[in-house]
Amino acid sequence: MADFLLELFSEEIPARMQRQAAADLAKLFKAALGEAGVTAAAVETFVTPRRLALIAHGLPLATAALSEERRGPRTDAPAQAIDGFLKSTGLTRDQLEEREDPKGRFLYAVIERPGQATAAVIAGVVPDIVRTFPWPKSMRWGSGSLRWVRPLHGIVALLDGDVIPLEIDGIRSGRTTKGHRFLSSGPIEIGSAATYADQLRAAHVILSSQDRAALIKQRAEAAAEVAGLALIADDGLLIENAGLTEWPVPLLGAFDPAFLDVPPEVIRLTMRTNQKYFACSNAGGTLAPAFVCVANIEASDGGAAIVAGNQKVLAARLADARFFWEQDKKSTLESRLPKLQDIVFHEKLGTVADRAQRLQALCADIEGHFSLGVFNTASTAAKLCKSDLVSGMVGEFPELQGTMGRYYADLEKLPAAVGLAIQEHYQPVGPADECPSDPTSVVVALADKIDALVGFFGIDAKPTGSKDPFALRRAALGVIRLTVENGLRLPFSSLLPASTQLFWNQGFGVKNQTAELIDFFADRLKVQQREAGVRHDLIDAVFALGGEDDLVRLLARVKALQAFVATEDGTNLLAGYKRAANILRIEEKKDARAYDGAVAGLAVPEEVALGASLDRVVADAEAAVAHEDFEAAMGSLATLRPVVDAFFEKVTVNDTDPAVRENRLNLLNRFRVAVHKVADFSRIEG
Amino acid sequence: MILTLQRYWADRGCVVLQPYDEMMGAGTFHPATTLRALGPKPWRAAYVQPSRRPSDGRYGENPNRLQHYYQFQVILKPSPADILDLYLGSLREIGIDTAKHDIRFVEDDWESPTLGAWGLGWEVWCDGMEVSQFTYFQQVGGLECAPVSGEITYGLERLAMYIQGVDSVYDLAYNDDGVSYGDVFYRNEVEQSAYNFEAANTEVLFRQFGEAQAECRALLERDKPLTLPAYDQAIRASHIFNLLNARGVISVAERQAYIGRVRDLTKAVAESWVAHG
Repeated sequence: MADFLLELFSEEIPARMQRQAAADLAKLFKAALGEAGVTAAAVETFVTPRRLALIAHGLPLATAALSEERRGPRTDAPAQAIDGFLKSTGLTRDQLEEREDPKGRFLYAVIERPGQATAAVIAGVVPDIVRTFPWPKSMRWGSGSLRWVRPLHGIVALLDGDVIPLEIDGIRSGRTTKGHRFLSSGPIEIGSAATYADQLRAAHVILSSQDRAALIKQRAEAAAEVAGLALIADDGLLIENAGLTEWPVPLLGAFDPAFLDVPPEVIRLTMRTNQKYFACSNAGGTLAPAFVCVANIEASDGGAAIVAGNQKVLAARLADARFFWEQDKKSTLESRLPKLQDIVFHEKLGTVADRAQRLQALCADIEGHFSLGVFNTASTAAKLCKSDLVSGMVGEFPELQGTMGRYYADLEKLPAAVGLAIQEHYQPVGPADECPSDPTSVVVALADKIDALVGFFGIDAKPTGSKDPFALRRAALGVIRLTVENGLRLPFSSLLPASTQLFWNQGFGVKNQTAELIDFFADRLKVQQREAGVRHDLIDAVFALGGEDDLVRLLARVKALQAFVATEDGTNLLAGYKRAANILRIEEKKDARAYDGAVAGLAVPEEVALGASLDRVVADAEAAVAHEDFEAAMGSLATLRPVVDAFFEKVTVNDTDPAVRENRLNLLNRFRVAVHKVADFSRIEG
Repeated sequence: MILTLQRYWADRGCVVLQPYDEMMGAGTFHPATTLRALGPKPWRAAYVQPSRRPSDGRYGENPNRLQHYYQFQVILKPSPADILDLYLGSLREIGIDTAKHDIRFVEDDWESPTLGAWGLGWEVWCDGMEVSQFTYFQQVGGLECAPVSGEITYGLERLAMYIQGVDSVYDLAYNDDGVSYGDVFYRNEVEQSAYNFEAANTEVLFRQFGEAQAECRALLERDKPLTLPAYDQAIRASHIFNLLNARGVISVAERQAYIGRVRDLTKAVAESWVAHG
């Protein structure tokens, strides 16, 4: 058994690509060795800004020898056929054996594949892995043609401490690498996989990115604590900083508290995205005028110059942010509206100004239906909700759309609900995002999504497969969550045409896709319920009924059904239903007709009882469904269970008298219809 | 500092050139970079280039954002294996102690839609401040670069602020007799910002854009194409577009169309440069 070390030493690898690269290297290496019949006991990969490395433990020293036999053409076959066989086996004519079998005399090739040294296998696969490595973006350099994420400088390939010689585009493997770019000088001769990490550590490189991240977290927290502050946790930033350093040294810095006039979201965003700094909070939980940056060196002056430099950079960034903030404060959201005419929402759906106008009208429709008492606030918020897109701050930090709008609204002393709605109207963005609950926010958020769905469906820009460029699935899920979580019953059948009309009023020729959209909502709801762990067959059983555009009611039915099938009554009723449905299916197929006629003249007591029960249950279930009391509807179905059981026990459906048989089949059909008042039980498994 | 950089790179085989006399957004536009990056011939050059970024004007109110500043540009073709070490050596030469300062190479893919060019590289950070841009050119004017050039762009003001330890670009000492950067450039920043954002006559600019475009085309369509004069017109069109953009008169939809028009010019120039080189 042997251990193998591979290090691909390059110029700085982008932090965001490192994790995937390590995973890809492990996968490709295992697959390539597997193809050659070699399996490692374990494969680990590592990545730092300058190196991608792999250690494979417990490799066999050689692959097993294989012997392969292949039958070729007959000895008297044309020369062409024999030549082809020789070519494919790589043998010469005198190396072939001749064997007799009942069909004639045939040529046989016996190919011995000797075991191959693992070193040779590795030398063969590594260049291929490097040449075809799936970097998201790769490049050429100098005069070469090899592609790598950044120029590749060295390859360490050691099997149990011995160099496996290989060459890729002029780069020869060896045991030499380098340590930290600034804290180490000269080459390092790596002994073996076992000493690799320690040798690097001595050269100021921490090999494991998890170790670097843990170290950053611990030291950054400690640095904040010394100043009586708490580090605001940010895992993404932790990973990014671990990808930017081989020897991370967190340092605490400060900025002028006067900058705290600028909204904290802005400060945090500029620190995070532009500078990769961690933010700190003080005892009260508010943003502190401090940050933690992560240096890549142990500086000769203890980091004083680094902190001073970073503070200066941040001060300039914050001055810039304040410039935008002060500039933006000079105009109102309302005064920015004309500028929205310059931003195209979609060439076939108009500008953002057109959209804001539609949203305002659509909010009036939605509010008119629910009468939530938020007509004025929703109307104002809808009109102004896109205005911040043309502010300087959102131009600089697009992520702050909505957030800045709220700040500007609050500064103008607009009603609090208006500001909140401007901020929240993009939400929920995805299944985990918070869903607005303030009535004004809910109305504007619904309008925002419905307008997008109606518009894009209307120009045939529906999502297909994995393509959903306008995030319409997310918008539909947003509508579902906004209605369901707030218990609102959105009248899709009237609202969607109303939204379509708004496009027409502006002269945009969108198609009315109300029916498609209702199906799309149902489809998204199914996906959402499935992801929430509801049995898909129960969802199908309810959705199969069709004709339902009230999502709240749909879900109540699914929920009641889920509870019902879990009871003993439910299970037995389902068994009875399946039996009835099976009989009907077989007989209807045999006779090529449906048994949906009237039931008349029942005689046997059990069939009389079933008929009477059905009359009662159908009436009860219908009444309960009308009241949306699905539990009661299922409860009344449950009362059928004993009569159904008794019916099947005593009554033979396929009576010899055709009239009796037909009557009984019609009776079973009535049972099936009764059950379908609640759900399509044929979709339920089990 | 400029003299030090010039000497350093001249010692490493670069021809030391002077600024190009067209207004441009970056030293990359200088024909010594864009055009020389194309074709098979080796090339090494270093020069200072005044750069104009109309949208970056802050009326002299921001300590390190300027609408007019200086870049020091180095191009090495083909990019040598030790190019990063050479670069770090130049930082030490101008007084940045790499044992005391945190130098970092942070991913920054460079793309110039108006030049039809892209490359991969980094922005180089010194204690969190971007002081240089480092790019391996992959494509220029829509054409593949082979061999690949390595491009280093130093932000001279930022580096000087670093070395002099001042917080505002306007406090930089321009000489030893008390003349500051502000004395030389403050008024220019204030007035040019007002020009870029408020005063530039957009009607005139739109017309000039069209003229530069037409002239560029005409020069390339001659029997004997005049590639370099045509390129001057392309540079001019690009700068006029930047001004119009700063004036806020180009909508998002139109923006792409304008970028495409400039790119078509630089592409045509690049093709002519290679074909008639």
